[in-house]
Amino acid sequence: MVVKDIPAVVLENVVRRFSDRPALDDISLTLARGEIVGLIGRSGAGKSTLIRCLNGLDRPQGGRVLIDGTDISGLSEQALNPVRRRIGMIFQHFNLLSAKTVAENVALPLKIAGIDKPARMKRVMELLDLVGLADKAGAYPAQLSGGQKQRIGIARALAPEPLLLLSDEATSALDPETTQAILTLLKDVNRQLGLTILMITHEMEVVRQIAHRVLVLDAGKIVEEGPVAKVLASPQTDTTRSLLRGLSPVLPADLAAMIAPVGDQALIRVDVYGPDARRPLLAEIEAITGSPARLLHGGLNDVQGEPYGRLFLALGTADKDRIAAVVARLKPETTAIEVLGYVPATV
Amino acid sequence: MSPQLFDTLLGWAMTRPMFDLLVKGMWETVVMTGVSGALSFVIGLPLALILVTTDRGGIFQNLYVNRSLGWLVNALRSVPFIILLVAAIPLTRLIVGSAIGIAAAIVPLTLAAAPYFARVAEVSLREVDRALIDAARAMGATRMTILRDVLIPEALPGIVSGFTVTMVTLIGASAMAGAVGAGGLGDIAIRYGYQRFETAIMVAVVVILIVMVSIMQWAGDALARRIDHR
Ligand SMILES: Nc1ncnc2c1ncn2[C@@H]1O[C@H](COP(=O)(O)OP(=O)(O)OP(=O)(O)O)[C@@H](O)[C@H]1O
Ligand SMILES: [Mg+2]
Repeated sequence: MVVKDIPAVVLENVVRRFSDRPALDDISLTLARGEIVGLIGRSGAGKSTLIRCLNGLDRPQGGRVLIDGTDISGLSEQALNPVRRRIGMIFQHFNLLSAKTVAENVALPLKIAGIDKPARMKRVMELLDLVGLADKAGAYPAQLSGGQKQRIGIARALAPEPLLLLSDEATSALDPETTQAILTLLKDVNRQLGLTILMITHEMEVVRQIAHRVLVLDAGKIVEEGPVAKVLASPQTDTTRSLLRGLSPVLPADLAAMIAPVGDQALIRVDVYGPDARRPLLAEIEAITGSPARLLHGGLNDVQGEPYGRLFLALGTADKDRIAAVVARLKPETTAIEVLGYVPATV
Repeated sequence: MSPQLFDTLLGWAMTRPMFDLLVKGMWETVVMTGVSGALSFVIGLPLALILVTTDRGGIFQNLYVNRSLGWLVNALRSVPFIILLVAAIPLTRLIVGSAIGIAAAIVPLTLAAAPYFARVAEVSLREVDRALIDAARAMGATRMTILRDVLIPEALPGIVSGFTVTMVTLIGASAMAGAVGAGGLGDIAIRYGYQRFETAIMVAVVVILIVMVSIMQWAGDALARRIDHR
């Protein structure tokens, strides 16, 4: 749900170096209000550094960072505080205060916002209910499991009803069931309050379920960006492909072993997304080649209602011209076709 | 216990005047270490906070203040206590009006213990994970909130342990101060035990000191354990 015109976040040519090595190398991006954006990338790609620049925990050496239209690049720590109070942050390593109880941890941002104690305690209990840890209000963080700590971190980040939520691996310490509950929670907050969310994750499943858009970071640069369905269906860079490995189907080993430079029929890989994914592909191919195409492997999946998928098809012909015609005719914006090689007629 | 029985039991070890002398000495030692300990805490803790927060990357970064204060603390820490006792006499006269007695001993004791405790507390404060300060900064916490809600509470178990060590050191140092006319157990040990060869008194003083140190250490450990939720 995208609500307003002023983007929640704008980064312009942001550069952050650590002893001359760039961790962020000329990053420009825009997050619209109410958008959920997934940020993926290998370890050390600069993901944490990027989100730390959005609330001024880290200061870029170059470029501009605009939050809700306000340039925060030059602001002092004190001047940043009002901006930070509208940004929630979930940390990769939880960062809970060990000397405070769970309730006191969640209450801290409210205390900072100047909310009085009764109102604070009421809100804290609501939030603990929301993350399913109301019974732990009086416990200390050291007495909690990793997943429980992360949920407290989430409750703390949501406590002051932020406009922007920065999440660094919020769900990686959680079991699948809790992950679901948290994702549903975040989706709800996003819909109801128009919360903008930037979430770092290494779980593609998380991106698939809640992100509207995905950014791929590699060695401090954004190497790929687009709607989740599009990036999942046809990743354009090796980085993205390797990050997505395991999510999209790969050819089974026995089929892969049969592929040769020559053979009875072509084997193609088709990556599709959007409404085009549901077109009568096999019939269209048959109309071009005159022989029935067969689906050998793969299928369709969906990203928040949008279909995408990867199909491995045997074309029933080895004729170069016909194959070229198939590739040329079936290749709109939303469909990527690659001829992998040739296989025997018997597969 | 009846006074007679008490005197009988006491008589086996020492005379009544001796006993009263030891009680008085113990009391003086408790006052000297107690007052200089309390002063060291209220001077040392802010010193430690300034040393940590004004350092590079600290929330009140100010390298000029940091280096000057660090130098002062080091200077005080490098003066041997026995020299400090004598060197502090003019200052003591100025503050207390006299250079001998319990009140006078508190000045050099504090002068030695405050920078010592500042360094010990500094170590605990530095051990607070930067990530926790980042969490508070991300919430838009003021620097005072960071001090009050993050730095001090997170470092408190270590600060309490450090203060315990400071108090134990003070008990020993106060005995030394006693030797130069400050009263207390040290004074008794020197005058009776050392100069008059009254071994019983010497032993009694040492036993009392051991008991005082043990109680101090036990209480400090218990408190540190109670407030440590890590
Ligand atoms: N405070 C720092 N000082 C020096 N180098 C740093 C610092 N923070 C990050 N870096 C470097 O910047 C690069 C990016 O780090 P960052 O933490 O942003 O990676 P990341 O993408 O979050 O990785 P991960 O998935 O492992 O959390 C790394 O090479 C890291 O070593
Ligand atoms: Mg990281």
